[in-house]
Amino acid sequence: MSAELFLFWLMGAVTVASAVMVISAKNPVHSVLFLILCFFNAAGLFVLIGAEFLAMVLVVVYVGAVAVLFMFVVMMLDINFVRLREGFIEYLPVGALVGLVLLAELVLVAGTWAMREPTTPAAPALAEAVDNTRALGRLLYTEHFLVFQIAGLVLLVAIVGAIALTLRERVGVKRQDVARQVHRRPSETLVLERVEPGKGV
Amino acid sequence: MPASLHLDLVPLLPELVLTVAALLLLVLGAARERVRAAGIVAPLTVLALLVAAALAGVLDRTPQTLLGGHFRFDAMAAFLKVLVFLGVAASLLLGSSYVEDERIDRFELPLLALFSALGMGLMVSAESLLGLYMALELQSLPLYVMAAFQRDQLRSTEAGLKYFVLGALASGMLLYGCSLIYGFTGTLSFTTLAQSFGPGSPAGVPTGAVVGLVFVIAGLAFKLAAVPFHMWTPDVYEGAPTSVTAFLAAAPKVAAVGLTLRLLMGPMADWVGQWQQVVALVALASMVLGALAGLVQTNIKRLMAYSGIANVGFALVGVAAGTREGVEAALVYVAIYLAMTLGAFGCILAMRRQGTYVERIDELAGLSTRQPLLAAALAIFMFSLAGIPPLAGFFGKYFVFFAAVKAGLVWLAIAGVLASVVAAYYYLRIVKLAYFDPPAEPFEPPSGPGLRLVTGLAAILVAGFVVLPGPLFDAAAGAAASLGPPAPTAPVR
Repeated sequence: MSAELFLFWLMGAVTVASAVMVISAKNPVHSVLFLILCFFNAAGLFVLIGAEFLAMVLVVVYVGAVAVLFMFVVMMLDINFVRLREGFIEYLPVGALVGLVLLAELVLVAGTWAMREPTTPAAPALAEAVDNTRALGRLLYTEHFLVFQIAGLVLLVAIVGAIALTLRERVGVKRQDVARQVHRRPSETLVLERVEPGKGV
Repeated sequence: MPASLHLDLVPLLPELVLTVAALLLLVLGAARERVRAAGIVAPLTVLALLVAAALAGVLDRTPQTLLGGHFRFDAMAAFLKVLVFLGVAASLLLGSSYVEDERIDRFELPLLALFSALGMGLMVSAESLLGLYMALELQSLPLYVMAAFQRDQLRSTEAGLKYFVLGALASGMLLYGCSLIYGFTGTLSFTTLAQSFGPGSPAGVPTGAVVGLVFVIAGLAFKLAAVPFHMWTPDVYEGAPTSVTAFLAAAPKVAAVGLTLRLLMGPMADWVGQWQQVVALVALASMVLGALAGLVQTNIKRLMAYSGIANVGFALVGVAAGTREGVEAALVYVAIYLAMTLGAFGCILAMRRQGTYVERIDELAGLSTRQPLLAAALAIFMFSLAGIPPLAGFFGKYFVFFAAVKAGLVWLAIAGVLASVVAAYYYLRIVKLAYFDPPAEPFEPPSGPGLRLVTGLAAILVAGFVVLPGPLFDAAAGAAASLGPPAPTAPVR
């Protein structure tokens, strides 16, 4: 058994097992943690098939942002997960049916893929050996440079819009003013008093 | 390195000016106090838009495709950019006193309008499906935020949310259509599409790509507020702050018609048999519904929404013709529509009574005795929207119907004339209320030099068009001619 194959089976098994735990864990925080484990192992599988860019995106976007967001939602919203689980048996037949349909479709796709007639590959192979991060970067920063920049502007608009719609100026709220704190002098706030013994201020 | 990357950025100058201005003003606005920031950012935004419009007007109009084939500058792009940037600047001037009265004069509002204008400029220059989609998003995202800008009012937030959700749906349809076209043709570039499926090409039009095209038209029809994708329009127009409604009704429509023309009459010009019926049907439905539903409105902003739907229908009649005359007529129509709409909203924004803005139509009674100049301007715009002869609106309609008849769509032209007769009722009712009904309580005098300037200028343009129609027709003819088969350049893969 080659190292690659061993890694595939290991990470595949952990992916599936953690995915099962995501839906079966009692504690929602544990579910999110298992989801993160699942993402990491899926990223490892992507590296194995040579899609290292997808692996990085999966870790950065899904683990770094989406899963953390889930965690916030789970911890901040008081959702009663026990009540959400009620009626699990009731809905089991429908769920099993959907699962079976999906399984059948997957088998069909895999079957046609295995039995397809040899044709020319859908995407022509790159002439030189470049890894796909480099290839994507080249496209983004050359041919699609304009579109890439517009995407940046769209994100900027999203930030400006979100702030414009949610930022409220409240009156009567004490705020930290760093400049004022730094410029504070002892003479403005401290008064040295000579206190007679036994008398107090 | 692909050879297509040549950094000749001169045709991109108007957009570069707007981008740099937007980024600088963002920093400026964030660094200043709330109230003072708006007072500085708004005039500078208008200035940047005027500079960009002037640049777009004077740049060399030889068709050029640049930046990997996503961007094309030609006479059509120049014509539409001048219109769009001027339209955005004018609507900002119109709204300047309204935003102060309604206490929404925060610097983000003109800034978002600036970003939207940038998106519109890129829209009318789009030369690939990717460029089209990204520009459209950059244009619409600020609009959603602007519609919800009066966030303490339920109507405004409802308008913003409704617009956002339905806009996302439309974007999804558009993107799905784009993916189908890409999947069945293997290219994103309009240039390659035109070369591969133009006249004399061995390959017919793939069926899947036609399905994709229909989805793209549906997405564009939403952005245009054309029937059957118009449902959001009245609610958004009514709920959004009036200054934002004036913005929504003017320049984005021009940009969307420009984009539709660029897509359908550029790479898809030879597929005219595939899309003509769809566009003609959308145009017919828009004209009829806009005319009929407008009859029962009591709120003048809702009325303007249905008027906008009908007007888009008239512009689409020119598109549906599928000929160069049709393109020319549609371009003339949107230019005239821009002036009429801005002027009409100028009148709406000028009508204040005891500090609140009048929105009900029957409150206009007796406007002529109190504000004779304003009433005269309102009458000019309403007569023009109704299409009464010596005014500009008549010529706009005349040329789109003429183009449709020449292209063999006689039934569409007849339906359009009937629809405009029906619509004339509600435009003329406003004039009748303003001139012949007993006056109600007095109006406050219109405030703001910007509002008076834009409304007066629009009134002069609409009324004086008949004296000097030449420049607009020449510019539109030049723009329509530049939509021919594009010069072969290095395409997007």
